[in-house]
Amino acid sequence: MSFWSELLEFWRTQAGKLAEQTLQHIGLTAAAVLLAVALGVPLGLWLTRRPRWAPAVLGAAGVLQTVPSIALLGFLIPLLGIGAAPAIVALLLYSLLPIIRNTVTGIQGVSPAVVEAARGLGLTDAQVLRRVELPLALPVLMAGIRTAAVIGVGVATLAAYVAAGGLGEFIFGGIALNNPVMILAGALPAAALALAFDAALAAVQRLSVRRLPRVGAGLLVVLPLLGALYLLPGAAGKLRAGFSPEFVGRADGLPALRHAYGLRRLPSVVLAPALVYEAARAADVDVIDGYSTDGRIRAYGLLVLRDDRRVFPPYYAAPVLRPALLQAHPELGPVLNLLAGQLSDSAMTELNYRVDYRHEEPRAVAEAWLRRRGLWRRPRPARGGAATVRLGSKIFGEQYILAEMYAALIRGYTDLQVQTKTGLGGTTICFEALRAGAIDMYPEYTGTGLQVLLQPRPATLDSLGGRPAAVFDYVQREFGRRYGLQWLPPLGFNNTYALLMRRQQARQLGIGSLSELGAYLGR
Amino acid sequence: MPATPAVPIIRVRGLTKRYGPQVVVDDVSVELAAGQTLVLLGPSGCGKTTLLKMLNRLVEPDAGTVEINGQDVRRQRPELLRRGMGYVIQQVGLLPHYSVAENVAVVPRLLGHVPAAIEARTQELLTRLHLPPERFAQRLPHELSGGQQQRVGLARALAADPPIVLLDEPFGALDPVVRAGIRRDFRELPELRGKTVVLVTHDVAEAFELADRILLLDAGRVQQLGTPRELLLRPANEFVRRFFAAERLPLQLRTLTLADLQPFLSEPPPPALHQLPAATSVQTALEQLTAANPEAAAVGPLMHAFHHALQAAIA
Repeated sequence: MSFWSELLEFWRTQAGKLAEQTLQHIGLTAAAVLLAVALGVPLGLWLTRRPRWAPAVLGAAGVLQTVPSIALLGFLIPLLGIGAAPAIVALLLYSLLPIIRNTVTGIQGVSPAVVEAARGLGLTDAQVLRRVELPLALPVLMAGIRTAAVIGVGVATLAAYVAAGGLGEFIFGGIALNNPVMILAGALPAAALALAFDAALAAVQRLSVRRLPRVGAGLLVVLPLLGALYLLPGAAGKLRAGFSPEFVGRADGLPALRHAYGLRRLPSVVLAPALVYEAARAADVDVIDGYSTDGRIRAYGLLVLRDDRRVFPPYYAAPVLRPALLQAHPELGPVLNLLAGQLSDSAMTELNYRVDYRHEEPRAVAEAWLRRRGLWRRPRPARGGAATVRLGSKIFGEQYILAEMYAALIRGYTDLQVQTKTGLGGTTICFEALRAGAIDMYPEYTGTGLQVLLQPRPATLDSLGGRPAAVFDYVQREFGRRYGLQWLPPLGFNNTYALLMRRQQARQLGIGSLSELGAYLGR
Repeated sequence: MPATPAVPIIRVRGLTKRYGPQVVVDDVSVELAAGQTLVLLGPSGCGKTTLLKMLNRLVEPDAGTVEINGQDVRRQRPELLRRGMGYVIQQVGLLPHYSVAENVAVVPRLLGHVPAAIEARTQELLTRLHLPPERFAQRLPHELSGGQQQRVGLARALAADPPIVLLDEPFGALDPVVRAGIRRDFRELPELRGKTVVLVTHDVAEAFELADRILLLDAGRVQQLGTPRELLLRPANEFVRRFFAAERLPLQLRTLTLADLQPFLSEPPPPALHQLPAATSVQTALEQLTAANPEAAAVGPLMHAFHHALQAAIA
């Protein structure tokens, strides 16, 4: 199927969603532009009366404009939660500069002679403003509104990151899934909307000065109506879910979950991955996707719903290494296996919590845990000529902690030197570094090894059936066969996809597993 | 014409305005009777425009008072005050999004006049100012020439028939030919009869043509207040004398009349002068004489008498 027919097919199958998102997008933009006009025009008028403030106010609006939009949303979440409010406020802040500036420029552009003559004839200040300055500044003002609207349509795609909907849902889902068809399915209508807004306002701008006041008044009526479009869709449910775009899109994410547990009556919004946990904590949503050992589970009082039908593939952590390492240093094998089966999900969550949330040093956290488990030994004095073990890790807290644990063990139990290469980015970088011999070992997850690196055929996946032991055996065997790499026994915890709820709410509703969630929603 | 009327319509006392350390208008007092035309004259930057704007409170004074019809202007709402005074500025300042007719109708509408009356008044004024309404009423200001725009500006100032009209260099931006035309129309406009006019200009000829009295300012201070004739023939100080130096002879020719020359003309007076009224200026008389015959015999005696009359007037 060609790219374009795929795109058309996507739109056909997602027509309802496309319409809903387009309406949301128009609504968000219109509401924000309306508010920006309501706020920016009076502010601009005030500045023409108090020119001394103009540099400060315009400067502030300019600075707002330069704040990256995703960062601006990040600032707004703690204040406004998720949903339409932060999206509209962010859009509003971006729209302010062109509107304020063009108001000031427009009013200042009115000939002083005309204003003086009008005052000299006996028009009050309000009459001068309404009958002379505003009508004459209106073309410039309209140009500002036009700029604001076009910026607004663009920025409104980011609303998808805060569960405010809009065409960004397709775009960010498509980016998360590396699916160009899905990206374009959202990006093309968004671009068309921007052009449409621009053309409509340009038509208004071309009208003669005499008719503009009436059109301006008409605009003040139409914009709120467009804004109200946003409120049209949206279903109510007992619980509301907030999911990251990737989870919504990938086959072993939400679709698999719906297939296994139903969950049909769970209305969901799409959120930036970084915001999902915040949204659950703030009770903006009730159910979220996450990773089962994330430190924020503990920090935010969340509960991992048991995956009793084993939909999510197992992601057990285990060291992957070059076999040459154990051949050269046979004493290393038992040392590395000291951790096998030692870390439970809750133990790992606790450690992640300390690093990610309390910002403690991964090394301190790792050594404190070893001490508690009686595994800690003081590092042996360095001996000249000792070989060095190079430990790698991916670039997040849990991997740092694991790398530090192995480093401490090796220093305490052997005479070998240790070099840690933390922060090797993602899976592919670590894996390729290991294959190339740039590192000797790193902690990997069975599910990642299976899905990302080996990528077996669906039939093979089905035969494994998500059983942890079967997956581990398969991964160990295939890594040896294909890459000449070796897996050691898993550490015990399973850092997989999970659905999370606030602990308190889950207890009240008597929900502990995904089946119970399904049953509750179906009731 | 009485020099100082009993009941002035405009009375200015001790008016002072400073911008920072600079005194722009310095302790100016003047009174103006109904129907008089006062010209504020002086070099640019002398404070004449500021003085004018203090009359309708576009500028608020730092000291001194302005009374209109015996009432302090500060006790009135500025916009109500202004609706009772026509106002014309050099840049015209027509509302660019209003048609000519709408511009003329601004003040009557503010005052709540009946639409039909406004319409009739607009037509009448435009006709009188040589802007036939059927051609001009619906045009926008940018479609008019500078002279036409200023005629609309005059019509707008007069539309509500205000007893007082303030004009700030109304003809300043126009080329000399257009300016002379508009000035003549302005002077002869029936609408202006009986109106009290305050006009700002730096053009001496214009001041002499239009003024009943002239207030000559320099650096915010009154140099002399009087009739054109007084300023020309009896300058109060060196500044006044120098101010008219460049145009002294033409001004004198325009200011002295045959009546002034009567005592100095030989008897019997040249017959060519018989037909001319006594109020005719010497310049007009010369023009009349030489128009018919450049070598007219009467020119010599006329100039002779002019010389003596001048001596007598200055003495």
